[in-house]
Amino acid sequence: MAVLVAVALVVAGCGGSADRATGGGGDGRVTGTVTVFAAASLTESFTRIGKDFEAANPGSRVTLNVAGSSALANQIIQGAPADVFASAAPANMTTVTEAGNADGTPSIFARNQLVIAVPRGNPKAVAGLADLTSPGVKVALCASQVPCGAAARTALDAAGVALTPVTLERDVKGALAKVKLGEVDAALVYRTDTRAASADVTGVEFPESARAVNDYPIVALKDAPNPNGARAFVAYVRSAPAQAVLTEAGFQAP
Amino acid sequence: MRQVHDDDTPGGRQATPRRRGRVPAALLIPAGLGLLFLVLPLAGLLIRAPWTTLPERLTEPGALTALRLSVQTATLATALCLLLGVPLAWMLARVEFPGRRLVRALVTVPLVLPPVVGGVALLLVFGRRGLVGGWLDATFGITLPFTTTGVVLAESFVAMPFLVIAVEGALRAADHRYEEAAATLGASRWTTFTHVTLPLVAPGLAAGAVLCWARALGEFGATITFAGNYPGRTQTMPLAVYLALETDVESAIVLSLVLLVVSVGILVALRDRWMTTA
Repeated sequence: MAVLVAVALVVAGCGGSADRATGGGGDGRVTGTVTVFAAASLTESFTRIGKDFEAANPGSRVTLNVAGSSALANQIIQGAPADVFASAAPANMTTVTEAGNADGTPSIFARNQLVIAVPRGNPKAVAGLADLTSPGVKVALCASQVPCGAAARTALDAAGVALTPVTLERDVKGALAKVKLGEVDAALVYRTDTRAASADVTGVEFPESARAVNDYPIVALKDAPNPNGARAFVAYVRSAPAQAVLTEAGFQAP
Repeated sequence: MRQVHDDDTPGGRQATPRRRGRVPAALLIPAGLGLLFLVLPLAGLLIRAPWTTLPERLTEPGALTALRLSVQTATLATALCLLLGVPLAWMLARVEFPGRRLVRALVTVPLVLPPVVGGVALLLVFGRRGLVGGWLDATFGITLPFTTTGVVLAESFVAMPFLVIAVEGALRAADHRYEEAAATLGASRWTTFTHVTLPLVAPGLAAGAVLCWARALGEFGATITFAGNYPGRTQTMPLAVYLALETDVESAIVLSLVLLVVSVGILVALRDRWMTTA
């Protein structure tokens, strides 16, 4: 057993504890690795914000772990060594705060709205939610367990549209990928996702999306290996330069 | 630790000679740790399982639907693998042809390929815009992704190498002379194959089929990539486990437990009968 534990420790040690050793200092300077668990829909904007953060804090490195918010919340509760959690919905944030994993109160840093993603050129001429129920139109949604799926349900219910999708994907990027590959004719994803994929995908706006706006909360985590870096990153996401990146990506200000 | 010597047991017929003496600690300790490492996570499932609410969770329609779909698709995938994989294994074992080594290597690629890569590859070929899929869609209006057939294809792609390797190994180990004798007695090649070769390799065939079935049952990556995830149509047990974990850990544990029991049950039940190709 001791050998196994030792092996596990050595393996874990390779994950960046050398960087982190300098990260916890109380001198206000941010160094070392900041591990950010971010919702899949934040992939592009947080990659840029992370680079800007590194430039503003020499000696720091931002590592992103992107997935569906609910999967991330679960990983954090199970003890994943994360510094920051940025969720695509308050519900998943609540799971983390209720489990006592948050350092302070989460704050909303962005909002996102759904659009209908269609392949470029919109071959099936989709103009609104009602068109998604036409025969021969294949639609991908997110599973209701992840925020984009919950928002899609809300929007469809608000529009009174009963839709049978061909697949319920595990995160928003999965749904978008099926549109990019041409395997489905439409998917309900965030506006920001279609902007990031503008070469292959067009976003069709629809009025009911206003009824299903997702709030994105962010928080530093209590057991953060790099608490200094965690707080600095959260503050940076709320700063003007980061907010500009988010707006450009298609997010709305909180 | 007590040691059992084969020759201690009365009536142990021609026991393989085994060296007396202590098992070296240098082997025993890592062997024990290895076993622990493999068994402990499974025990973890048993320990954390919500035993009190187990019955009602098991009978939830969602869980039963996913289990039924998993068993059906894994069985169909095994049938497909038998249909295509046995002739393939026979070719590899019995026929000399140029590039045989390369073919054998290609056949085993899905064993080491990340299943999600297999799923992407399947999409590119059998998807709506794929090489074969585009033609199927245009000519017959058939699309394979997001269908139960798609699940079977994804599972077959990942599981077939297990069958081919097992059957090929059995064919190579089998004695050629029976087949030659049948041929000299006037049996056609097909009769020889069905009446001599197949019975000869039956244990290997069964072992391969069981491994193939178990692998198909556990398939996740290729399935969710190629066939998507829709309850009742493409959502197999592993997919249901993944999505249950997003919201309800206990439900994910219960589903995992079912999959574990089914897999272990099948392996144990068949192992003694067929898995030992003596």
